[in-house]
Formats: sequence, structure tokens, C-alpha cells
Amino acid sequence: MNENKRMAYWRANLRLVALCLSVWFVCSYGFGILFVEELNTIRIGGFQLGFWFAQQGSIYVFVLLIFFYAWRMNRIDRDHDVHED
Amino acid sequence: MSLQLLTWIVVGLSFLLYIAIAIWSRAHNTGDFYIAGKSVSPLANGMATAADWMSAASFISMAGLIAFLGYDGSVYLMGWTGGYVLLALLLAPYLRKFGKFTVPEFIAERYYSKAARIVAVICLIFISFTYVAGQMRGVGIVFSRFLELEIEWGLVLGMLVVFIYAVLGGMKGVTYTQVAQYCVLIFAYTVPAIFIAIQLTGNPIPQLAFGSEVDGSGMALLDKLNEIVTSLGFSEYTSGSKSRIDVFCITMALMAGTAGLPHVIVRFFTVPKVRDARISAGYALLFIAVLYTTAPAVGSMARYNLINTIQTGEVGAIDGNLAHDERPRWFNTWETTGLLKFEDKNGDGRVQYYNDTNPEFASQADQYGWRGNELTVDRDIMVLANPEIARLPDWVIALVAAGGIAAALSTAAGLLLVISAAISHDLIKGIFVPSISDRNELRAGRIAAAFAILVAGYLGFDPPGWVAQVVAFAFGLAAASLFPAILMGIFFKRINREGAIAGMLTGLLFTYGYIEYFKGLFLKWSGAPWGTNTAEHWILGISPEGIGVVGMCLNFLVAFAVSGITKPPPEHIQHMVERIRVPRH
Repeated sequence: MNENKRMAYWRANLRLVALCLSVWFVCSYGFGILFVEELNTIRIGGFQLGFWFAQQGSIYVFVLLIFFYAWRMNRIDRDHDVHED
Repeated sequence: MSLQLLTWIVVGLSFLLYIAIAIWSRAHNTGDFYIAGKSVSPLANGMATAADWMSAASFISMAGLIAFLGYDGSVYLMGWTGGYVLLALLLAPYLRKFGKFTVPEFIAERYYSKAARIVAVICLIFISFTYVAGQMRGVGIVFSRFLELEIEWGLVLGMLVVFIYAVLGGMKGVTYTQVAQYCVLIFAYTVPAIFIAIQLTGNPIPQLAFGSEVDGSGMALLDKLNEIVTSLGFSEYTSGSKSRIDVFCITMALMAGTAGLPHVIVRFFTVPKVRDARISAGYALLFIAVLYTTAPAVGSMARYNLINTIQTGEVGAIDGNLAHDERPRWFNTWETTGLLKFEDKNGDGRVQYYNDTNPEFASQADQYGWRGNELTVDRDIMVLANPEIARLPDWVIALVAAGGIAAALSTAAGLLLVISAAISHDLIKGIFVPSISDRNELRAGRIAAAFAILVAGYLGFDPPGWVAQVVAFAFGLAAASLFPAILMGIFFKRINREGAIAGMLTGLLFTYGYIEYFKGLFLKWSGAPWGTNTAEHWILGISPEGIGVVGMCLNFLVAFAVSGITKPPPEHIQHMVERIRVPRH
């Protein structure tokens, strides 16, 4: 595998990681901590939204993120022909 | 049938199951013993990781912790789940590609240094023993409460079972027992939660129930809870009292610490492929999330139930509080364990539970004729007492006992294995006797595991006063030392031996020093620590629980600075990094 192809694969990986970690940060640290009071003025059902993100929403997002990453990464592996058999 | 007999039967059956699995899947060589022959399916590994990760603290303590902390408890919920995102995206697939046995082994090869390996082994052993002491204690508590066995005998029984399946089965045996233990613990956790959710709100799904209306009041559970707790002088349940920067840092330290815990990382060495490591982390977090999204619901419902039991009428009315003579049965049983304490300070024979440390509420309480809070509740009993508080049938109570033991044993076994691998593989084979044969290394691993069980049992039997303190240290340490070292090893080719060692030592010493200063660990654990452990004395308002983040940043800074002024890693190391970044080449 030549240098250029390897770099292209690695850059695609880093872009995906950066995207996922941004979502990770915004949903937990953003919604659940930094802007929790602002979001708490919004209500869904019996929850204040900021509190909901801190104790429920962030966890759901984490789970979805890992599955999304695994799925996208498998595609990137195949596109760059570095997938395992 | 008596509750105790029923509990013995349920717990005994679960033990038989674990031992049978261990015999069926025992280890034949070091590959089986350390990493289950790299043959575990991603789904099974996800389940085993979830059981490995969810300890006695998650099962027994966490919901109770959240019940009393309210919003501030979110640091544990986000911190102990968000770390898996870091693990899945930044560490697990690459370490799997590296394809060796232990975490210190990666650090040793990537930084071409035995010194780095020894630093990593020290971190690993300290983190793991801290953890394991808490697990053995958890086993002891469950045995003594539900089976009325002396704590010591409970411990011995627990040690014996772990001994059989960890020493015999190694990672292979532990993996499949953990799968069974996950099933036991998650069933035991969710069944009472569902019953309580139905009783309180009519909605059977705890995650939704805790945002629903309380039956017959027309108010949402959390609003109702806010109203009651503030009327008793506590801060609102849905808003916390910790500073924002502290909540931020504790969450970050727990996340990075989770991703850096050796017994969790090593689970991703057991799957066949890089692709499996990624998806397996997803399954692991999914299985963990079942408990972690139920826990805050259980926490809020338990707090509500507890206050309702005690504050039977209007706050401040003479007959508004529970008369101690009329207390329910569970109140009585937990009083005998000493985990629930009542002291009739104003001599009216009734239980007053309120926040007597709130100066704004003091005059109000005085008017009511209250002379201080009379009830001390150990947070550990909230989950264990739940089925009794909700008057659930005896088999549910027996199940909760078996679940608590499963949670503690599964984590203990995982920890004992990484300790034994660090000794037999990293120290004996890696440093002292490189020529050791596979058979002898396997034997050394088994002896090390047996020895670690004895130490763990001792720590659980006679826990040093500082066990609770060091848990914060375990995460801070993992966040400040192992996590950055592994991360930089994968993502930054230019980081060299000098940089990595200097970085790890800086992170380690800074974090250790800060916690030692404010909480006292080794040097002053018998007396008071040097510093006053309050917000105005902390650096930037960051508590010792969250300081691992600063240690982590220092680690990165020092590693980059030192690597920049020393010569780059040798050619073959740079090639190795390129290799682990690609699943196939």
C-alpha cells in the first residue's frame, strides 16, 4: 500500500472521528452541562430538556454514535481496500 | 418457603452455573488464558464487557448516589458511558490490530522501553487493586444482609467461586461466565424497577416513567420531587449544587479514565477482527445503557418513595411525620444492619428527615419544633431495599441478591485477570525471565491470579479507611497516565520514549499529589489531610475527583514538549504505528 493511499485512508478516518466526537461533546458537555439551564426552560413531557440530556439523552446518543462509527468505518475500509477478508 | 432459603437457592444455582461454564471453557494455553484465543464473538464480548464494567458500585450504589445527588449525579451517568465512545473511536480497534496480550505490552513496544512498561504495570496494579477491594466488600455486604452470613464467610465463599472460574478458565472461562452474569444482573436490576415504575406512575418503562405523572396527583414525578425536597430544605432535585467547571471536569475525568482502564481495554483483545472490536464496543455500551438509563429513574423513584414513607402528612404538621413505632418492616430490617439510623433528637417519637445544614431552612425547622435531621440513610441500601419498599414478592428480593453478587464477581474476575497477566506476562516474561516456556507462563499466570484473589479478599475483609477515596484516584490515574499514553501512541507518530515516560510521570505525580494533598491517601491516611477539601482551596475550583483532567492535559503538554526536543522514534516503530492504523495491508 503506497504512502498516498494510506494517508487518504487515515484522513477519512480522522474526519469521521472528528465528526463523531463533535456530536459526543455537544450532546453531553454542551446540552447536559454547559447549557443545561437554558435547555431546562424547554420541557418534553415531565422532563426538563437539559436534565433529560444529562441523565438519559446523552447516553442514547453515545450508543447510536458507536454503531454509526462502526458502520461508516466498515464502508471506509472497503472503499480504500483495507478491509479484512 | 422462607426468604432466606429462597435466596440461598437462587444464589447457589447461579454459582453452579458459573462453575459449570468455567469447566466447559477452561484455558489450555496462554492465548486462552489472557485473551480467550481471540475467538469471542462481538456480541458475546459486548455482554461480557458490560458485566466486566458494571461493578458492585454500578449495581448497588449508583442509583442511591443519584437519588441523593439529583442532577449532580449526572457526572457518573455521562462519565461512565461516554468513555466508551472514546474507547471505540480512539483506542479499541487499533489495540486489537496490535494484537498482543496486555496494555503494558503495547506501551512497552510502542515506546521501545522497559521503563515505560514498568510505569504502566504500576498504574495498572494500583488501579485494579483499588477496584477489586470494593467488589469483594460488595459481595460481603450482600451475603451478610440477605443470607445473614458473617461478612467474612461471605467473602470466603465469593473468593472460592472466583478462584475456581478465574484460575481454571482464565479469560476464556471469565468471558462466558460474564455473559451469564450479565443476564442475571440486568434481569435483577430491571424487574424491581419496572414494578416500582408501575406502582408510582402506571408506566412500566422506568426510562419513561420518570418523566410521567405520579398517579393521582396530576403532577410530573420530577416536579413533585422538586416540590417535596425543597419544602424540606434540600436543593432542587433537577438542579445541582456543584459548580459547572467541576461537573465538567469530573465527567471528563471519568470518561477518559473509563477509556484507560486496563480491564476494559483488554476485553477488546479477545475478538477475532478489528471490525469486531468496533461493533463490540457498540454492543457493550448498549448493554450497559440498559442499566445506566434505568438507574436515574430508580434513583428519583427511590428518593420519592423514601420521603413519602417518612413525610406521611403535611410538612411541619405535628402528625406529618412517620411515627417510629409504626415503621414498615424493611425500615426495621435495615436498621438492624446499621445502614439506616434513626435518632429521636426532639423526642416526639416521629422521624424527621430534612436538610439541617441549610441555614436558610433553619428557622423554619425551628418553628416546626425539629431539632436536627433524625434519619441517616446509607446510599448503598436504596437499590437493595427497593423491592422491600415496593412490597415485591420474595423471589424478586432473592434475585436482587444474586444480581448484586453477579455484578461484583464479574468485575472482580476481570480485574484479577489483568493483574495476573501484568505479573506473569509483563513482569515475568517481559522483563525478568524472557525465556520462560508457554506452559510455565500459564502456570505463573494461575499462581498470580490465586495470589491476587487472596490480596483482594484481605482488602475486602479489612478495607483500609481510604478505599472510598482511592476510587476517585483510580479514574484520575487512568485518565492522567494510561489514556494519554495509548492515545498518543496511536495518533501521533512523533511522540517518542522520552516524551511518553515524562508525560506519564507528570500526569501521575500531579494527580496523585493533588489528591494526596486534599484527601490523604498513603502518607496521611490515618490523620487529616493537609489541605482543606473545599471549593475555595481547589485549583480553578476543580475537586480531587475531577483533577485527572488537568493531569491528562499536563501529560499531553509534557509529552509533546519533550518529544519535540529529543530525537524521533526509530524507523521500525513508525512503521508499527502505520500498521496498527490500517485493518489490513
